[in-house]
Amino acid sequence: MKYAPELKRSATIALWLILLTFPIMVIQVNTIENIVVWRWMNIAGVGTVAFVLSFLWQIYQHRKTESPLPVSAHLPAFQRLLADPKLYRPMLIFIAAFALVFPFTASHYQINIMSTALIYIMLGLGLNIEVGLAGLLDLGYVAFYAVGAYSYALLNYHFGLGFWTLLPAGALLAAFFGILVGFPVLRLRGDYLAIVTLAFAEILRLVLENWNALSFGPSGISNIPRPGLFGIELTLEQSAVYMYFLLIALCLLTIFVIYRLQHSRIGRAWVALREDELACQAMGIDKTRAKLTAFALGATWAGMAGVLFAAKTTFINPASFTFMESAMILAIVVLGGMGSIVGVIIAALAIILLPEYLRVLGDYRMLLFGAALIGMMVFRPRGLITPSSRTYVFQPSEHQERT
Amino acid sequence: MDLILDIKNLTMNFGGLKALDGVNLHIRQGEIAALIGPNGAGKTTLFNCLTGIYAPSSGDILLYQPGAKPKRLNGLKINTITSLGVARTFQNIRLFGGMTVLENVMIGRHARSKSGILGAIFRPPATRVEEKAIVDKSYAILEYIDLAPYVNELAKNLPYGAQRRLEIARALATEPRLLLLDEPAAGMNPQETRELEGLLVRLQADHELSILLIEHDMKLVMNLARNIFVLDYGEEIARGTPLEIRHNPAVIKAYLGEEADAEIG
Repeated sequence: MKYAPELKRSATIALWLILLTFPIMVIQVNTIENIVVWRWMNIAGVGTVAFVLSFLWQIYQHRKTESPLPVSAHLPAFQRLLADPKLYRPMLIFIAAFALVFPFTASHYQINIMSTALIYIMLGLGLNIEVGLAGLLDLGYVAFYAVGAYSYALLNYHFGLGFWTLLPAGALLAAFFGILVGFPVLRLRGDYLAIVTLAFAEILRLVLENWNALSFGPSGISNIPRPGLFGIELTLEQSAVYMYFLLIALCLLTIFVIYRLQHSRIGRAWVALREDELACQAMGIDKTRAKLTAFALGATWAGMAGVLFAAKTTFINPASFTFMESAMILAIVVLGGMGSIVGVIIAALAIILLPEYLRVLGDYRMLLFGAALIGMMVFRPRGLITPSSRTYVFQPSEHQERT
Repeated sequence: MDLILDIKNLTMNFGGLKALDGVNLHIRQGEIAALIGPNGAGKTTLFNCLTGIYAPSSGDILLYQPGAKPKRLNGLKINTITSLGVARTFQNIRLFGGMTVLENVMIGRHARSKSGILGAIFRPPATRVEEKAIVDKSYAILEYIDLAPYVNELAKNLPYGAQRRLEIARALATEPRLLLLDEPAAGMNPQETRELEGLLVRLQADHELSILLIEHDMKLVMNLARNIFVLDYGEEIARGTPLEIRHNPAVIKAYLGEEADAEIG
C-alpha cells in the first residue's frame, strides 16, 4: 500500500478531532424535555470530512516533496510574472490606466476608501524599512503616524501654516521622533524592542488623550483644512479626487525612494544588520547609525502619511492611533513579504479594501477576513512575495554588471 | 621586521573569572602567527577583545599604522577597529545567510565606501561609480578565492567549506592589514584544509597581509605559522617557532595531561 503512513496519520487526526469535538457535536441537552440527545450522525460527518481533507493535504505534500522543481519554478506564478518584462509591462500600463480612470468613474465613497488604502501603502512601505529591511520589530509605528497628523493639525491651528509647508515639516518631526525612540532602544532586539516601541506608542497616545491644553484631548481637532490647489475652491467631491491623485503621486515617490534605498549601500547595511548584528559590525557598519537611519527614515513616511490622513479626514483624535493600527500596518508588512515593495502594496490593498468589499457578507466579514489571514500564513508563511535578491551577471575576468 | 600588533599584559575578567590573565602577544608585519591552546583557553576571548566585542579589563592592544603613532584599540567600537584595518572570521560561521554570496562580500566594502542617504536616493555619478567599484571589487575577491561560480547563490546554501572561504572573502573586502581567523579549518575535510593552506599562503604573499590564526589542526598550524603562541587557562604558557612548541613540555602537558610525554604535531 503506497499511502499507508499517510492513511494512518489521517485516521489519527480524524480520531483526535472526533474526541475534541465530541462534547459540542454529539451531546445536546434538551432543556425543555429534560433529555440528552446523542447526535451520533454528526460525529461521523466530522470524522469523514477530517479524514478526507487531511489525507488529500498529505498526498499534496507528498507529491510536492517527491518532485523537486528547478529554483525558478519554485516561485509562484505571480512572481514569475513580475520577473518577465514582457508580462509585467502591460500589467503596469493597465494598473496606471486604471488608477487614472478610477476617480472619474467610481463613487465618492469608493474614492475615499481607495485613498485610505493608499495611505496604508505609504505606512506599510515605511514600516517595511524598519521591520522588513533592518529587522527592527516596531510595534509602535502608529506613534509616528500620530506625530505627523498632530503636527499638521496643531501647527495649522496655532500658526495657520498650510498643507504644503507642513507636509515636509510633519515628516521631519516624525523622523526626529524616530531618532528619539531609536536612541534608548539601540541595545534592544526582537521582543524587547517590540515591547519598548509598543510602550512608546501607548505613552504618546495617552499624552494626546489627556493633555487637553496641547492636543484638545479625546474630543480631538476638527476643521483641519484640506490641501489647497493654487487657491481654487474645490467641492467635496473634487477635493476627494484631488486628494486621491496627491496620494498616488506621494505613493509613487515613496516607492521610488524606498526602492533606491533598498538597493544602496545603506539598504544592504540594513539587511546585514537584520541577518547578523555582530557580523555586520565586524564588517565595519556602524550599528548605531544604521539603526537610527532605519528608524528615522521609516518614521518619515509615517509622518507624511499622518499629515495626509489629517488633511483627508479633516478631523483627528487619539482614537485613530491605537495599537490596532500598528498591528494592522505590521500585518500588511508581514503579509506582503518582509522587504518586498510589491508585496506590501498588494497586502495594503487587500487588508484595507477586502473588509470594505466584504460588507455584503454582513457579520461574517471579519470572520472571513481572519480565515483569509490564517490561510495566508499556512500556505505562504513568508508573505505574498518572497523578496528575491538581485542577480548579477559577470563575464569572467572582465566583469560587466547587467542587473 | 616591524610590528603590526602588540598586545601587552592583556587581562579580561568576567565577574570572578579571569578569561585572559596578563597575555602578551605580538605579530610582525606580513607574518602568519598562530594562537593555539586547549578548549576554553581564552583564544576566542582574545579575538573578541582585539576586535572590540569585549572591552578588556586591563592591558594594552596596540595596532601599528604606517607613518603614524600606534593606535590603542582598547574599548573602541567594533566597526571602528574594522575601519582601522583589522578583520576577522568567526568560529561558528556568521554569514548573512539570506543574502547572496556577492552581497556578503559587498557588505565588506561598507567601511571603504561612503555614499549616504541622499546619494542612495538621487544616485549621482559619484554614487554610481562607487557602487560599480563595490560590485567589481567584490567579484574580483570572489574570483581570487575561487567562489566566483557561486556569485548569485544564497550564502546559506553553500557547502560548508565554501562558507568558511566566503567568511575570509568577506573579511578581505574590508581591506585589512591584519586578518584574524578563528578556526578556519574547523569541519573541513583534508582536501579542503590543504586548499585553505594554499589560500592563506597566497594571501600573505600577494597582499603582505599579517594573519593571526586560531586553529586546532596542528598540521596546518605547524606548516603555516612562523610564530606560535600557546594559551592555557587564560595564561600564555609558551611561545616560539613550530619546532620549539612541538617539544615544549608545558605545551605537551596542557594538551595531553600530566603523565604524557608524547610530542604533538
